[in-house]
Amino acid sequence: MPPSTSSDLTLSVNGEKYTLTVDHRTTLLDALRERLDMTGTKKGCDQGQCGACTVLVDGRRSVSCLQLAVAAEGREITTIEGVAEGGELHPVQQAFLDLDGYQCGYCTPGQICSAIAVLEEHAAGWPSAATGDVRPEAGPPPLTPEEIRERMSGNLCRCGAYVSIVQAVARAAEAKEAAA
Amino acid sequence: MREFGYQRAYDVSGAVALLDGDPDARFLGGGTNLVDLMKTGVERPALLVDVRELPLNRVESTPDGGLRIGATVTNSDLAAHPEVRRRYPALAQAVLAGASGQLRNMATVGGNLLQRTRCGYFADVTSPCNKRVPGSGCPAVEGEHHNHAVLGASDHCVATHPSDMGVALAAFDAVVAYETADGPGEVPLADFYLPVGETPHLETVLPPGALITGVTLPPAPVAAVSRYRKVRERASYAFAIGSIAAALDVHDGRVREVRLAFGAVASRPWRARAAERVLTGAPADAETFAAAADAELARAKPLPHNGYKVTLMRNLVVAVLSELAEEATR
Repeated sequence: MPPSTSSDLTLSVNGEKYTLTVDHRTTLLDALRERLDMTGTKKGCDQGQCGACTVLVDGRRSVSCLQLAVAAEGREITTIEGVAEGGELHPVQQAFLDLDGYQCGYCTPGQICSAIAVLEEHAAGWPSAATGDVRPEAGPPPLTPEEIRERMSGNLCRCGAYVSIVQAVARAAEAKEAAA
Repeated sequence: MREFGYQRAYDVSGAVALLDGDPDARFLGGGTNLVDLMKTGVERPALLVDVRELPLNRVESTPDGGLRIGATVTNSDLAAHPEVRRRYPALAQAVLAGASGQLRNMATVGGNLLQRTRCGYFADVTSPCNKRVPGSGCPAVEGEHHNHAVLGASDHCVATHPSDMGVALAAFDAVVAYETADGPGEVPLADFYLPVGETPHLETVLPPGALITGVTLPPAPVAAVSRYRKVRERASYAFAIGSIAAALDVHDGRVREVRLAFGAVASRPWRARAAERVLTGAPADAETFAAAADAELARAKPLPHNGYKVTLMRNLVVAVLSELAEEATR
């Protein structure tokens, strides 16, 4: 007997559980947008090259267009709809607003989800391709504009709002450090 | 996309049993390459066996001072691991040079080794391609090949292996471990990829239905002074047009030990053993470095539009070894 090509599953999104039946071909991106009506996550290239569909999976940024929904069961998914807390914008959202880190706004949800993770990765001491000395003894690299550009390179912005995006991420990093 | 079944495996033998050697089934790791290829129709599996829950997600020191890296360790976790960064910095740099933060969080070590070429003709199901449809021809030889192979290719296929990670693993003598229904096996990465020849569709020596379970790095004190340098057509988030992983130990002005591997120039990560032979015991200077590069690249067979890669690799060898020589004697 050929294997079933669909599954009943429960997705955990922004702290809520959603039960649905999906064709296995359904990506997490399409499940979020078309089945759960969470259209904040955007479809850009649909082939993992633009970052517009970035969400957090178990706290780590991922492109939801290459993530099968059925393989996301059991993981905690956070979308742009879930990053604000108690009516208060996330500091990264606020920084993007304050510094105009966008033009048309289509890539923005992905940029913001990605930037939130960048700050976490940096706080955890992860090096990047822009880090001169990756050895742990060298210590964590300062989050310079060069580091931010490298770490955010998976998010394309066709309007070219990169200058403001880098400034917004740096502002959010400062706010995070001040709050720590 | 063809409809497919999905099974999640929780232990290694269970994963191998679920796949059951079915040529129409695939193991699913991060999916960053496989799901993309399924969308374009290059891959049309009837069953996916998800291996992300397997207990293979650890990086552990081996008793002899090497590292064992589980197959489902993500690229991100590998590059962030303190012992990788301390003992094999070029490996951390290679991983960080690949893809984006999002993709590195998803992609796994096992999947990285088995990722497919990014040759445009391979990705386009309306084009002939000997790798995708054996015997159909290779349009790249006469067509778009500015980023294709200059070493070890054949008239049947000039595609490159796109991995950055694999280049550093090749330099450090990695050994690939796998599991089959008949038990475990292992093979040095140097012997893992098959020569292109007339059968570019056959890419590795893995037995049918085998699951990669991990990669072991033997101890390599020389790797403490190592570097990965990647050249690409934009500053970040692009495949290499040429890359190099190198490690160097210099004593009394002479090369005591060296490791050298090239990326984006062949169908596999290319260990530059001819260059290493020239270097070992020779003066650690730019003249030797250039002679070593020439020894390796003497076998290069560039096509009309990728001859620049020979010059690029020569310059990379001299530049990176010169930097390492300075670092090693500091």
